[in-house]
Amino acid sequence: MSDTEAQAGPVLAADGTPLKRSLARALRMQKLRALALIAPLLIFVLITFIAPITDMLLRSVKNEIVVDVLPETVAQLQSWDVDSTAPPSEAVFSAFYIDMVLAEEQKLHTRLGTRLNYEKTGLSSLFRKTGRRVGRFDTDVYTDQIVALDPAWKEPATWAAMMADKADRGALPLTARTWDRWADYLNSEGKDPAKTKVEDFLFTALYLDLAAGNAKSVADPRIAAAAAAAPGFETVDIRSQFAKADKDWLDPAVWQTIKIFSSRFTNGYFLNAVDLQKGPDGIEPRPESQQIYLMLFKRTLFMSLVITGSCILLGYPVAWILANLPSRTANLLMILVLLPFWTSLLVRTSAWKVMLQQQGVINDVLVWLGIVDDAHRLVMINNQFGTIVAMTHILLPFMILPLYSVMQTIPPSYLRAAKSLGATNWTAFWRVYFPQSVPGIGAGSILVFILAIGYYITPEIVGGTTGTFISNRIAYHISSSLNWGLGAALGSILLGVVLLLYWIYDKIVGIDNVKLG
Amino acid sequence: MTALTPISRKPVSFYVPVVAAAGALAGLFIGTAQGSGLLGILIGGLVIAALAWAATQLVPSEKAARWGLAILFAGGGALLGGLPGGIVGAAFGWFFGWFSFWLYEGRYRARIAPYLTPGQVLWHYSFRVICGAILIFLITPILVVMPLSFNAENFFTFTPEMLRLDPAGYSLKHYRDFFTNSDWQHALWNSVKIAPAATILSVSFGTLAAIGLSSEHVPFRRSIMAILISPMIVPLIISAAGMYFFYSRIGLQGTYIGVVLAHAALGIPFVIITVTATLVGFDRSLTRAAANMGADPVTTFFRVQMPLIMPGVISGGLFAFITSFDEVVVVLFVGSAGQKTLPWQMFTGLREQISPTILAVATILVGISIALLATVELLRRRSERLRGMSPS
Repeated sequence: MSDTEAQAGPVLAADGTPLKRSLARALRMQKLRALALIAPLLIFVLITFIAPITDMLLRSVKNEIVVDVLPETVAQLQSWDVDSTAPPSEAVFSAFYIDMVLAEEQKLHTRLGTRLNYEKTGLSSLFRKTGRRVGRFDTDVYTDQIVALDPAWKEPATWAAMMADKADRGALPLTARTWDRWADYLNSEGKDPAKTKVEDFLFTALYLDLAAGNAKSVADPRIAAAAAAAPGFETVDIRSQFAKADKDWLDPAVWQTIKIFSSRFTNGYFLNAVDLQKGPDGIEPRPESQQIYLMLFKRTLFMSLVITGSCILLGYPVAWILANLPSRTANLLMILVLLPFWTSLLVRTSAWKVMLQQQGVINDVLVWLGIVDDAHRLVMINNQFGTIVAMTHILLPFMILPLYSVMQTIPPSYLRAAKSLGATNWTAFWRVYFPQSVPGIGAGSILVFILAIGYYITPEIVGGTTGTFISNRIAYHISSSLNWGLGAALGSILLGVVLLLYWIYDKIVGIDNVKLG
Repeated sequence: MTALTPISRKPVSFYVPVVAAAGALAGLFIGTAQGSGLLGILIGGLVIAALAWAATQLVPSEKAARWGLAILFAGGGALLGGLPGGIVGAAFGWFFGWFSFWLYEGRYRARIAPYLTPGQVLWHYSFRVICGAILIFLITPILVVMPLSFNAENFFTFTPEMLRLDPAGYSLKHYRDFFTNSDWQHALWNSVKIAPAATILSVSFGTLAAIGLSSEHVPFRRSIMAILISPMIVPLIISAAGMYFFYSRIGLQGTYIGVVLAHAALGIPFVIITVTATLVGFDRSLTRAAANMGADPVTTFFRVQMPLIMPGVISGGLFAFITSFDEVVVVLFVGSAGQKTLPWQMFTGLREQISPTILAVATILVGISIALLATVELLRRRSERLRGMSPS
């Protein structure tokens, strides 16, 4: 029999292809079909969930506003030494003037000020104040002198035509760049640059180009005439104009901050999130009065640990009794565990608010029993105690359910066997039962800890000021202080911790083994 | 372990002191409430001891003795504190009657192994009392909310009228407020619009994916699973922040669709988990049998597979529904005032502490969750029956 088959070559499927290949094809088809079924959901989750998270992670290192709003200044600051004790040169201030006027027109300077204020307090008001003044700088001197050479300079159309000319643009690089930014802004506002009044800062840019001597050999006679006249112009010291607006502009520390945070990506937010900051000499701790994040992280970790601990303490006996009672009674008692699990989080939080407040149910009962004096009602809410109690209650089912499912698999005969071999109650429990229930404790603890560490609603409502978590601070930065970068950095750190725990959970329990209800 | 242990009556010297100790404890609380704890302990202990002795030794019938105690205490309570006092007293009397006879007749021994030492018996019952206390801790907050929602005053606490069981202390005004106030109705309507849409999205995508995931040869199964489960693991505040940035960039922030998409993403892990759990017990030869008999994959899916995994799909859907219906953090960020949902309205109410209408809403929500819990439980049993497992 084996002889004949060996001669017939490989085994063939019904359609004549070798069985091996046919099987491989069927397998591939199966894989593809499975992937096709998963694909829509995977794409959905990637777009609606993973993309936003990635976006947030990127936001924690992105820092484009400085270089976007102050491109000329950043370019000029390249040559300025960060450690210098003197303010930067006139060239930097001239570039900064152009950037500032454009920013002020677009109302970007306040946002930039707010951003830089995270790094150095006082910059927000400095930018706002200067923004109000920068339009009234004495740079109209240049405007007047250039217009006096040829009244056509006053016409926006002249500028539009000049800036469309390639040779002119090459001769006047700063003017061209500035004009482009100006024209982009006007277009986005629905205005026509060729019909809008030419502002002083454009003339200043033009003068700077002319004075730099780039335009000597240009063909356009109007520009050539201006270039010839430029060296004789009356000039304005823009640095002193800024100093007049606010003397802080002569403080090199301000420029240090701008220069340090001029790159497109920064670790500044992450440093802030751990109470550090970037100084001219590298990384340094933030001023004592602003150090809160490490403390908040520590508090979040500490309270999550306490909550996990109390959940183990309270959950273990209940899970034990549920696993060891006859199933009819156990099912009835299970309702007491599952009902809170299914009840709205806000219902439970409001219930705790009702119970714990000073005029609340617990205080009333204690006062009625005479344990607590009416004048000295216990403060149990808006502090750590309130948060711990309420969150322990809310997360307890997440501890009981995994513990219960593990304990159900431990045969009660083991305990009896241990006792019949002479173990005391305690030894039998500690040496025989407890080690077998450890996987349940592990699963429940990680689950509770993961959930606790990122909790927001309950601490917000019952936590007051001392019982809040890092997540409350994240929410604050995103909705109130609008320091989104810092909020994102804090969130990224929290996410890192949670993902680490998630990974451990996956290793220990396996994510497919999560059971609900 | 049912009644294996023979029981016998216990001597007076055992049960009377124990009951007296319990009475003393009760007396302590009443005593401190009235001004003197020590006196309370003394009187409570003595009175209860005497009553326990009299009830077990003097009254011939147990039933009569227990009724007598309950009535006696109810009368005493009513004399001191009116109707609520009477009720508390009756409960008290009933408990002491039961407790005395439970100890006197030795019934506490009946249901536990005969070889246990007295210390072990004591521990056995103390342990149950501890567990009972923990279960009470779990359920009390929910039970406290319900009566408070019928408060006639705008307080978050029991008024003296309520404690006196005076009908004037109770009213339905917070429910009326909930059903007439336009803010609450608007919020309710939003919740009712958002949750089902999100549920349908997550159930339809989730079920398909779960079926795909449960087939035998899926590449990268573990990583795909990890990605799909991640919305459940990532802290809500981070999801909310990320979605806020991203959705406002693509113009979905503050729109109905944005909130629905966000909630659908949050509900997906629950659908995946429940449906894959159901599919574990699914017999694959059934689909092969169907194919063998000429059914195409679509028919097989709808006529063979779907009815069998339906319980899992529905309970996953319920989880997804309750996730969306309960969710507040993400909607706070992704939604705008136009998408204000019920939890959002409750959250603002709690922060600004406006009115016990929140408690009325809470009571209604507890009712809904009881209904959902019952449904899930029934489905679980049905699923186990269908898959041939014995329901526990």
